[in-house]
Amino acid sequence: MNPFASIGSATVTVLAHIGRLAQFTGQALAGVVSPPIYTRLILGQMVRIGFYSLPVVGLTAFFTGGVLALQIYLGGNRFGAEAIVPQVVVLGITRELGPVIAGLMIAGRVAAAIAAEIGTMKVTEQIDALTTLATNPIKYLVVPRIVAAVISMPILTAIGDSIGVMGGYVVSVYSLDFNGTSYLKNTVDFAHQDDITSGLIKAAVFGFVVALMGCYNGFNSKGGAQGVGNATTAAVVTSSILILAADYVLTALLFHK
Amino acid sequence: MTAKIQLIGVKKRFGPKVVLDGVDLTIDKQSSVVIIGGSGTGKSVTIKSILGILRPDEGTILVDGEDVTHINGSARDRVMRQFGMLFQGGALFDSLPVWENVAFGLIQGRGVARAKARDIAIQKLAKVGLTEDVAFLSPAELSGGMQKRVGLARAIAADPEIIFFDEPTTGLDPIMADIINDLIISTVKDVGATALSITHDMVSARKISDKIAMLYGGKIIWQGPTGEIDHSGNPYVEQFIHGRAEGPIKMAVKA
Repeated sequence: MNPFASIGSATVTVLAHIGRLAQFTGQALAGVVSPPIYTRLILGQMVRIGFYSLPVVGLTAFFTGGVLALQIYLGGNRFGAEAIVPQVVVLGITRELGPVIAGLMIAGRVAAAIAAEIGTMKVTEQIDALTTLATNPIKYLVVPRIVAAVISMPILTAIGDSIGVMGGYVVSVYSLDFNGTSYLKNTVDFAHQDDITSGLIKAAVFGFVVALMGCYNGFNSKGGAQGVGNATTAAVVTSSILILAADYVLTALLFHK
Repeated sequence: MTAKIQLIGVKKRFGPKVVLDGVDLTIDKQSSVVIIGGSGTGKSVTIKSILGILRPDEGTILVDGEDVTHINGSARDRVMRQFGMLFQGGALFDSLPVWENVAFGLIQGRGVARAKARDIAIQKLAKVGLTEDVAFLSPAELSGGMQKRVGLARAIAADPEIIFFDEPTTGLDPIMADIINDLIISTVKDVGATALSITHDMVSARKISDKIAMLYGGKIIWQGPTGEIDHSGNPYVEQFIHGRAEGPIKMAVKA
């Protein structure tokens, strides 16, 4: 095949994807602000997306905080700055690692589950069935998941932040011989409101990305079991990449001086 | 007789593949029309175009004389409220119990209270020969024939004026197929609905239809009263209804 033709067709495919995603996002956002609003479904999804993700987010946050304390201690040791551990842990967790780790965990757990569920509904004609029952599939399936994820993610991240700081505390006090009282005092004195809120804003955006990519890939799955499998993989991969890309953009915007 | 649904020159293509190439079909009020045709001839695309799940590239679709080809949003929902559809695989919502599947259109589409909708659902289930205890099972616990019955109950739950049947007997044993045929006839008569079915099961087609139309090559190549299908004089129809491998119809192996 002509190399120019393959470059051209690849470009057209990518642009078509972006266009479809933009259109899908527009329909979803329009659905968020126009009735009917399915409150029952939103609450149900908050339990599935938020509450059931607590164990995995909590565990990863704990170990992240712990390893962060250890690394900063060892690194700081090289120039006699071990005492900075509590300050760097709280900053690293609230600004960066809390929302990103929670976002990536949710991408693995929730984007996959959403894509598999909606993809199966698509290939078994359940989405067409919704239309014939005078129910808009975007409003019934997509909007509750997006709203639930955008509300749940900051809450999850706030909990993850606390557990992450606690992970750093446990390692510092029980393994690195820090004084517990002064560790906590340094943490509280050093952390600003902005550090925490910027992390929670990021978390809300990551929640949106995860739910959107799960729904979009599910809606566009084709064929049978294999198509659903591909949609699930694509949902996890695209939402993970978009989280990290959005993280950079948001950091640049939020801390722009 | 007035036309309930009218298709005028409906065309639909997917990429380079032309599926519908100018379909003209009139479905009279309270009649039962069956579209026959081989796999991949566009029977499902025809139904999905009328339902607005797919948009035709050209042509017009009228429901009660109203052009519904390009309507969206609440106008589409209003038109959809007079439709019911039985899907080939049932397409039951596996996250909901049977009764909520049947009551779905009432609760979500029409805002009927849940308790009242449940009573209606149980009545409709009785109409298709299912007892109340089935209502609280999950669809995954049902056999294929029972899923079809639940799908039928869901299609008629809101007393629609138009009911579509997509391959209603495919994948069922001959006895269950005949039971479903009888249920289709009785439920359609009961609610005084207009019915459009697609099938390649000729036994079912003869039994449930007043009129048969054959789709081939993206066009309706023959249509007429069910009784006349044996004297169609059309070699394509002859080959199809007798299920002969030899004839003018060449089955495409590659889609």
